[in-house]
Amino acid sequence: MPFIPHTEDEVQEMLAAIGAASIDELFDEIPDSLKLSQLDAIPTALSEMEITHLMAKRAQQDGEPTCFIGAGAYDHHIPAAVWQLTTRGEFYTAYTPYQAEASQGTLQLLYEFQSMMVALTGMDVSNASLYDGASALAEAVLMSVRANRKSKSKRVLMPRTVHPAYRRVVRNIVKNQQIELVELPFDPQTGVTDPACLAQYAGEDFAALVIPQPNFFGVMEDVDALTDWAHENGTLAIGVVNPIALALLKPPGLWGEAGADICCGEGQPLGAPLASGGPYFGFLCCKQAQVRQMPGRIIGRTLDLDGKVGYTLTLQAREQHIRRSKATSNICTNQGLMVTAATIHMALLGTEGLERAAAASYQNTQKLVDALTAVPGVEVLFDQPAFHERVLRLPAPAKGVLRSLAAHNVLGGFDLSGDYPELGDAILVCATEKRTDEEIETYAQKLERVIQLQGGVTCGLVPKE
Amino acid sequence: MLIFEQSKPGRKATAQAPLNRADVSAIPEQFRRKQSAALPEVSEMQAVRHYTRLSRKNFSIDTQFYPLGSCTMKYNPRACNSLASLPGLVSRHPQAPASHSQGFMACLFELQEMLREVTGMKAVSLSPAAGAQGEFAGVAMIRAYHDARGDTARCEILAPDAAHGTNPATAVMCGYKVREIPTGPDGDVDLEALKAVVGPQTAGIMLTNPSTLGVFDRKIEAIAKTVHEAGGLLYYDGANLNAILGKVRPGTMGFDVIHMNLHKTFSTPHGGGGPGAGPVGVSERLIPYLPVPMVAKDGDEYQWITENERPESIGRLTAFAGNAGVLLRAYIYARMLGREGMPRVAEYSTLNANYMLKQLQSVGFQAAYPQRRATHEFIITLKKQAKELGVNTMDFAKRLLDYGFHAPTTYFPLLVPECLLIEPTETEDKATLDDFIDAMRSILEEATVDPELVKGAPYTLPVKRLDDVKAARELDLAWMPVVE
Repeated sequence: MPFIPHTEDEVQEMLAAIGAASIDELFDEIPDSLKLSQLDAIPTALSEMEITHLMAKRAQQDGEPTCFIGAGAYDHHIPAAVWQLTTRGEFYTAYTPYQAEASQGTLQLLYEFQSMMVALTGMDVSNASLYDGASALAEAVLMSVRANRKSKSKRVLMPRTVHPAYRRVVRNIVKNQQIELVELPFDPQTGVTDPACLAQYAGEDFAALVIPQPNFFGVMEDVDALTDWAHENGTLAIGVVNPIALALLKPPGLWGEAGADICCGEGQPLGAPLASGGPYFGFLCCKQAQVRQMPGRIIGRTLDLDGKVGYTLTLQAREQHIRRSKATSNICTNQGLMVTAATIHMALLGTEGLERAAAASYQNTQKLVDALTAVPGVEVLFDQPAFHERVLRLPAPAKGVLRSLAAHNVLGGFDLSGDYPELGDAILVCATEKRTDEEIETYAQKLERVIQLQGGVTCGLVPKE
Repeated sequence: MLIFEQSKPGRKATAQAPLNRADVSAIPEQFRRKQSAALPEVSEMQAVRHYTRLSRKNFSIDTQFYPLGSCTMKYNPRACNSLASLPGLVSRHPQAPASHSQGFMACLFELQEMLREVTGMKAVSLSPAAGAQGEFAGVAMIRAYHDARGDTARCEILAPDAAHGTNPATAVMCGYKVREIPTGPDGDVDLEALKAVVGPQTAGIMLTNPSTLGVFDRKIEAIAKTVHEAGGLLYYDGANLNAILGKVRPGTMGFDVIHMNLHKTFSTPHGGGGPGAGPVGVSERLIPYLPVPMVAKDGDEYQWITENERPESIGRLTAFAGNAGVLLRAYIYARMLGREGMPRVAEYSTLNANYMLKQLQSVGFQAAYPQRRATHEFIITLKKQAKELGVNTMDFAKRLLDYGFHAPTTYFPLLVPECLLIEPTETEDKATLDDFIDAMRSILEEATVDPELVKGAPYTLPVKRLDDVKAARELDLAWMPVVE
């Protein structure tokens, strides 16, 4: 029997000890009317060899196209040691460190993680993870409403330059608590939230202003001005940041005069493979003053009976298993294993390595933009300082172009026409440090061909052979 | 020693980063950081050695018996990890078009179908990222259902006093008030108390069955009838699904919405605290509200169901498709179990639990519900030992660590004093259970002869008992570089 070690003799011994005639008898408290006879729609068992064949076929079926999509998930190099260590049974098959003395490995690692996130973000404290970037932003919004004692409004300013899926997730999670999300437009020329457009809201009561850096278009927001505006209006500033970009960009703790109050984001670029969107992890950091409003696990350093340093879950009075209906969140299981990978990833890359990965991604995206805008009719939208993503406008329908590119095994970018129809045939492209010059060149050639075939450019260019 | 304390400024002994440092001077000064982030600077070997050593300070399923009640710490088959990590699967971008995702989507679709069958629900969405998010999805659907009918006076969610803390916390996140229902002396929900509080204000009830008390609520059909007649819906917390997998279906019990914890019942790794996955299943009337994305099959082709196809959906709860890699591991496990393996999960986990309960009783421990069958887990109460010997549940738990066993869940559920909630799972053999029972007997002897010995435990772990009060009062949550 797969995964069940009992021999028939043992079963009989155990039943005899219990005083039951059969295993079925152990279910005698369940009303017969509820009992199930068969599971017809479930296939019969596969051996390890058979499931291996099946999964190999499925994996192969999806191919391995060259990926120029970012849009919230980034294809960075992951050192070989990261997952070899992370999948050690002692990390992989432990659970939430409720018994601290028997979980010092996980606990110390999480304390190191919190320390690394504090170093990257310039905030005072970090929790030990949430589900992903989008749900972390939802938790940050809920937290800001609890934490902002000056505000009575339950209103939060949400720029349209925040990832559209994040905005949906936030709305879905906070709406039942009567929190209102007020959308801020972006400047159609620059692609950033114009601090001037906030003027109309001066004096109004908002719990928080969300500030993405870089924003969904890859463009840098004027985070200093936005943070200062928030604070002048009694509003908390919530940064949404990319942890790889933070190796180069000003940390949220130093935005404006006083720094952001909360920052959160998607941890995937730190050691998690793309893997169809998960598991990733969300991170959330804040100022010391807000630590008791934080959701999720937090690890603290303390001493044992002999005065030896050790690590333990702390501030548990915020959490559901203690506080129940008055908890800061319902979260229980978080993304521990992904944080294990992220911690090892950051330790292996170190300060210099993370900066190089960020710089190379920045440079590759520049190269990609240069190569693609050399294709007639392709232009950059929002020609502003950007990190490793860019919006391009195509001279042909974006959907069709992306579909044709995919047929040639190139994932050419994220189609913006659904979420931002006003941008026309715009796509969001990304080249991390993993994309080679050759891959970029191939993409540009294929794009040129596809656009010509779609009749996007009608200036009489002859298709190249 | 922390990784930071092994760091030397200027060490760049890493092959993992790009060889050169690209020029970023075109990024205007105002956006750039002036001081580098103080991450550790160590060699590859230092990092590998450090984290290998740290890992050895953990108890885990791979190294110890881990009978943590309500957490289903069963063996995690290695094939689930290696096959979910095949290059074509781990490199798939979440925004890759369906044309390049058919293999992945086939796995998700088949997992949806298998979960639908084994739970008896009408439809399943896999997207919630963990049990608590599954709970959120479930209660949000209950709310969406009542709202769509204009039935907006329903402001209350009922939950037994034995419920997981996530239940009341979730109800509040969905904008509900929570009312606790007491448990009767036999461990079943107090039906009369329930009848007294249901009414037009009842949106629904959140139940775990078997409950966290380790017993199957025999009056579940009456509970369902009572709540349904009042216009409320029934929510099933799937934390204990392992106990009834393939034996009883929540759909048959009358539940309208359920979540499953795939990291429990479907053996995906617990990972030191996640990732989990919390798919939800619903009865007919809640189908329009299921969270997205889901996978549909049209002929031979798999398609995504998104907000566009399901305008009444409670929407998405993570940016992409939830914890996809966890779903793949659960899929592989489910295929290896097959239809014949699923009921065996319930059977052998129940056999193990009842055997342990009997043996622990025979060596002097007191069952919380001695007149009841154990399900896949059970509770013993150390009330007597705490009173007579001055040795409490936490002392027993810590001493177990010295014997090489992870402790069971302690002090939960809250209504049983000095309790240990013990869940052996089906993957443990009799010899391991016997060793644990021996250890418990031995600790009971120690507690009788030399209570101080037990109260000072553990002695053999990397640290002794930690000062939790100090941890919470003098917060030290991050390492800070020493300023010289």
